[in-house]
Amino acid sequence: MISYIPEQFKVNFSDKCIKCLACVKQCSFGALSYDEEDNTIYSTDKNCVACHRCVTLCPTKAISITKNPLAYRHNNYWKPETVENIYKQAETGGILLTGSGNDQEWPSYFDRLLFDASQVTNPSIDPIREPMELRTYLGEKPSELKVTRKDGKLVISTKYKPQVKLETPIMFGAMSLGAVSLNLHRGLARASKEAGTLWNTGEGGLHEELYEFGDNTTVQVASGRYGVNHRYLNAGRVVEIKIGQGAKPGIGGHLPGEKINEDISRTRMIPKGTDALSPAPHHDIYSIEDLAQLVYALKEATHYKKLVSVKIAAVHNVAAIASGIARAGADIVTIDGFRGGTGATPTIIRNHIGIPIELAIAAVDDRLRREGIRNTVSLVASGGIRNSADVAKAIALGADAVYIGTAALLSVGCTLCQKCYTGKCAWGITTTNPELVKRLNPEIAYRRLYNLLRGWSIEIKEMIGAMGLNAIESLRGNRLKLRGVGLSDTELEILGVKPAGR
Amino acid sequence: MAIKVSNSNKTINSKGLHFSELNQKIRSAVKSGADKLKLVNVNGQRYIGTGIRKEMHFDVYGTAGADLGAFMDGPNITVHGNAQDAVGNTMNSGLITVDGHAGDVVGIAMRGGCVYIKGEVGYRAGIHMKEYEDQKPVLVIGGAAHDFLGEYMAGGVLIVLNYHPKPSPCLANYIGTGMHGGAIYLRGKVEQYQLGKEVSVVKITENDKKMLNKHLKAFAKTFKLDYNGIANASFTKLMPLSHRPYGQLYAY
Repeated sequence: MISYIPEQFKVNFSDKCIKCLACVKQCSFGALSYDEEDNTIYSTDKNCVACHRCVTLCPTKAISITKNPLAYRHNNYWKPETVENIYKQAETGGILLTGSGNDQEWPSYFDRLLFDASQVTNPSIDPIREPMELRTYLGEKPSELKVTRKDGKLVISTKYKPQVKLETPIMFGAMSLGAVSLNLHRGLARASKEAGTLWNTGEGGLHEELYEFGDNTTVQVASGRYGVNHRYLNAGRVVEIKIGQGAKPGIGGHLPGEKINEDISRTRMIPKGTDALSPAPHHDIYSIEDLAQLVYALKEATHYKKLVSVKIAAVHNVAAIASGIARAGADIVTIDGFRGGTGATPTIIRNHIGIPIELAIAAVDDRLRREGIRNTVSLVASGGIRNSADVAKAIALGADAVYIGTAALLSVGCTLCQKCYTGKCAWGITTTNPELVKRLNPEIAYRRLYNLLRGWSIEIKEMIGAMGLNAIESLRGNRLKLRGVGLSDTELEILGVKPAGR
Repeated sequence: MAIKVSNSNKTINSKGLHFSELNQKIRSAVKSGADKLKLVNVNGQRYIGTGIRKEMHFDVYGTAGADLGAFMDGPNITVHGNAQDAVGNTMNSGLITVDGHAGDVVGIAMRGGCVYIKGEVGYRAGIHMKEYEDQKPVLVIGGAAHDFLGEYMAGGVLIVLNYHPKPSPCLANYIGTGMHGGAIYLRGKVEQYQLGKEVSVVKITENDKKMLNKHLKAFAKTFKLDYNGIANASFTKLMPLSHRPYGQLYAY
């Protein structure tokens, strides 16, 4: 069958090319080849995904990638992507797959929110010289503090539930080994240790080599229970039950057998080459009561020393669900918005299911406060956090901390080509092919990830200093520091913010 | 020389205890060296044996609550009574025998060890059992099992005897839906419409017979059942059609 799908990109070589063939070796998608006889590099443009690996590594900067300037008759409704998707499904009869978060033109509420700053009537604070605190504690906070007098001293007698101390409210979100490479996990683990935060194993288990980073690790338990045993559960600080993911609410995962190599097999504790299927639901959880059963199974198995997080996708009824999760005994509720990333998800699901994290986190924070149980859980926001302002806005809307995933991958070379599901990632990030994994140097990955956290953390200090605050705690749920622009009354009400000018 | 008093045998009265209190007592007893624990008056307390990593014995009298032996690594639990849902949830090794019936999702995600249920079980027994290297879980159900038996099964051995308390035909539908590893053995016949679309009936080999006999003997002995009565029947073996049932689902 002839494919009707045209090339999306064109690879162009300038006369600066010295035929070193670095580009041919680097292209993992089979878009470039070299013909010795006529000493020419040819491009098979239909295979190019615009990952920019060749562009970046070309020593003479001779390569550029351009959009294929193929013209369709203009149609605002039947866009080229829509047309080509139909061709692809007509050719295969399958579900369209994609990687990375929702790329469609849905509105961003982060981009309609602006911060306040101190002018004249209250002083701003210069974080470069004055103390400024980003330290964040995750875990249940007591609703009252009992203070007793002992030998003339005041002593707090209230017993705290376990807490996790973060030096910055930014954590790395769940990305499982298998979906991403071991070298990425190495980088994430080390950067978390240096920065005093947590990374998250995702549902694919914890590699033997990374147990030493346990104090900076969240271990995840998903419906597939891959690599979950007693040692794993007790390895980290937090055990996260993954119920849902922002990019694919309500559906499970299929890690294809060809990605299950020796390392992945050992870590997930399944045979090499078999598919790793994560069912859509946990089959021991059909209700909040069942969720409580798993929460306490994990607490019993970890002797009540670890925090239990429950991660859900942001969906319509998220506030009521989060309330149920809090009442089921979780210490952390993690909400993943519809912009959240993915290694492999049906495109139709990614593009059309879930709601924005900004609305979800505001609704959840509001609901838990009204029910008087906000102190019983920490809230973690994730899904589409692009910069430090998004972090600060999520916190002002009610989050205690955020997860970043896509931003972390970008920091180590990802170009959002959205081909994670192919396992061919030319940057060594979303692949288990040893030749490709080698391209991601864990030492460099660690430095880049750490730098990103450092840069964002300083920026957050600058922003809250400008607002006259000296601790991130004073920003949490502090919606007075936000104003909305171009939002309807209902949206403003859900977000709990005033319109700009009021 | 001081004489060491052995406290390796210990009885805990579970009456009126919340599961967290009971399990705290169990952990303390295990920590102080008990290797044989008798729990009496158990009435639905969850998580008995959960997360215990020690080769030791539990005798449970009463009804064991949900998640019995979850994430467990080593113990041998005998329940003199019934058990609730998720017996052996994600267990790594050890043995659980239930001298009665059990609820839904028995053996969910178990990776090693053995679970024997004398009587009937609910829905989705053996769901997502897996195996890894020398770890190969075995789940034997003496009575009938219900729908979605062995769903998503990725490894291990699941045997359903349809025998106790009385011989019955196989009652489950959607057997082995999504199955991509391991094997299911059913005592008696099963109709094609009862099977999930990812499994097929295959011939029983000599090795299968040896393996079955070993478990049937142990099972009959454990529960004082008539071995000949159990073994004197034909067995149906189900295997997955593919280790990659959903490989053709996507447009790459």
